[in-house]
Amino acid sequence: MIEVKHYGKKKVGQWIITGLVLAWFFVLVFFPLFGIVKETVSYGLKAFVSSLISPASLHAFWLTLLLTVVAVVLNTVLGVVMAIMFARHHFKGKLLLETVLDLPFAVSPVVAGVMLIILFGPNGWIGNWFESMNIKIIYALPGMMLATIFVTIPFVTREILPVLREFGREQEEAASTLGASGWQTFWRVTLPSIKWALAYGITLTIARSIGEFGAVLVVSASIINKTQTATLLIHDEFTDFNYAGAFSAALVLAIVSFIIITVIQFVYTKKEKGLHNA
Amino acid sequence: MSGIRVSHLTKSFGDFTAVDDVSFDVNGGELAALLGPSGSGKSTILRIIAGLEQPDAGQIFLTGQDVTNSRAQKRNVGFVFQHYALFKHMNVEKNIAFGLEIQKKGKKEIKEKVAELIDLVKLNGYNNHYPSQLSGGQRQRVALARALAPEPRVLLLDEPFGALDAKVRKNLSRWIRDLHDRIHVTSVFVTHDQNEAIEIADKLILVNRGRIEQIGTAPEVYETPATKFAASFVGNVNVIEAILEKERILVNGAQGHLRHQTLENGSFEPGEVILLVRPEDTTISREHSIETPGWIPCEITGIHYRGSFYEIDLQVGTNVVKSIINKEIFVQQQWQEHQKAHVHFKQYKVFEVSDGYQTVHAMLRQLGYIE
Repeated sequence: MIEVKHYGKKKVGQWIITGLVLAWFFVLVFFPLFGIVKETVSYGLKAFVSSLISPASLHAFWLTLLLTVVAVVLNTVLGVVMAIMFARHHFKGKLLLETVLDLPFAVSPVVAGVMLIILFGPNGWIGNWFESMNIKIIYALPGMMLATIFVTIPFVTREILPVLREFGREQEEAASTLGASGWQTFWRVTLPSIKWALAYGITLTIARSIGEFGAVLVVSASIINKTQTATLLIHDEFTDFNYAGAFSAALVLAIVSFIIITVIQFVYTKKEKGLHNA
Repeated sequence: MSGIRVSHLTKSFGDFTAVDDVSFDVNGGELAALLGPSGSGKSTILRIIAGLEQPDAGQIFLTGQDVTNSRAQKRNVGFVFQHYALFKHMNVEKNIAFGLEIQKKGKKEIKEKVAELIDLVKLNGYNNHYPSQLSGGQRQRVALARALAPEPRVLLLDEPFGALDAKVRKNLSRWIRDLHDRIHVTSVFVTHDQNEAIEIADKLILVNRGRIEQIGTAPEVYETPATKFAASFVGNVNVIEAILEKERILVNGAQGHLRHQTLENGSFEPGEVILLVRPEDTTISREHSIETPGWIPCEITGIHYRGSFYEIDLQVGTNVVKSIINKEIFVQQQWQEHQKAHVHFKQYKVFEVSDGYQTVHAMLRQLGYIE
């Protein structure tokens, strides 16, 4: 009897908690999503298509794509190198450096943008030199690349570092006693072991690059057809009361995000499975 | 020289000297055991031979060639790790083929060689299994096949049976001995298990605290240990406190004395000594008395059944001595607890107590031979 009563109580509690979570979810996620879809639809398909294929919109999406590709390629290569360095080598100041690695997560993107301006702005320490060479960094593509790379630096390293550490050195040592060079060992032994963690890190980098707003806004000045990314476009259209344009672009980004989330979830499951099989 | 020569090897990690001026030879085709307690530096020596660690000083020769400065990948050694270190994302076939693929051997040749090795390690039918689908013993056999595939100059095994349970361990170690008798590759394996080493190695290299204590065949090390450590680590041994006089040895607290055996470890000053006596080198008797030289009075304080034999605890003066009696003889003689008897040491080793008993005792306690 006591058990049944207890079970009943638990059931009521569970219902309340589940209800609260669902309500929270609806208010914060489903309603806004629904709002975007409804608003976009209310302006009609024609407005949706025409605002998406406008030169400004196409350029903005192209720019976002470009920044994402650059950030992903650079941060993947450097992220793997950094992770191997942290996991396999011992050097002074390693702990400090590992802490600094998380800085882009801790610092507000706006602050990151401001830091870049201090360094690379026309009157900045390094920017001064580039200015004399007639190369523009801030309010131009290089600055936006730097900003996007900066905010996404930790993802790849943070994802693969624990896997590398758990994986240990033994399989790599085994490969070397079998005659494999460092390069062969990396491609044939290390990389296959970290591939799912790496894929997860890359997906997170993509998601963050596409969604980045603050840091890019500060260093780009959001010039239409020049330095305006997709998120900046949505912001600008919205503040200009061009709701059709803003909602159309927002819906596209929302769909892309949804796809990325699905991929992340898939990759994450694979990664967890890989860890447990190890 | 067709085997391995290790010459004056030294390696420190920070303040800790892991390997201290170690030299030894392993002849071509020999199976040698690096035997020692954990932390004695034996694995480090093996890793230096393989090129996985760099020595601070000393040289390594493989089949006569100085390889001290060449990388692991250039040494052509087979290495078997305690925890197998199989490539988890590759199946059995791919694991074994790895070294051959690196050598850029032809597809047909690789296939034949892999099939041959799978047959050798008796894993037929497991070609497409992944390491996670295999038992510990099977994994270690894959690791062995993988190490043998590129036809290494020497085979090095680091505690190869350490992660396996007792039964698998015994079977696999015997099997490795048989395998070695067939393929004759110069091999060194690291172990802390004296029985394993005695059972399968041609030569024991006894290591303690980064130094070599003794090198020899198992009977040599067992019968004529060169040091206190050698005597106590290989086989079981009683540690008996005694006083050495000019003509005789008195066991502390006991009446009677031992006749002075030839002291092989040089001449001793009269004074405190320890005797190392193996349990099987003791005899107990009711007939003999203190009048017979070499027999010392004792009392039986414990009797333990051990299957094929009995282990008897004896109080000899202030010392507790373990003795072993064959089951039939035990039944014949009908020994019981608290009986008085006399004990004779058929063979014993005398060691000087240079730093007092404490040091020796601390060492033996650490090894688990006394409590």
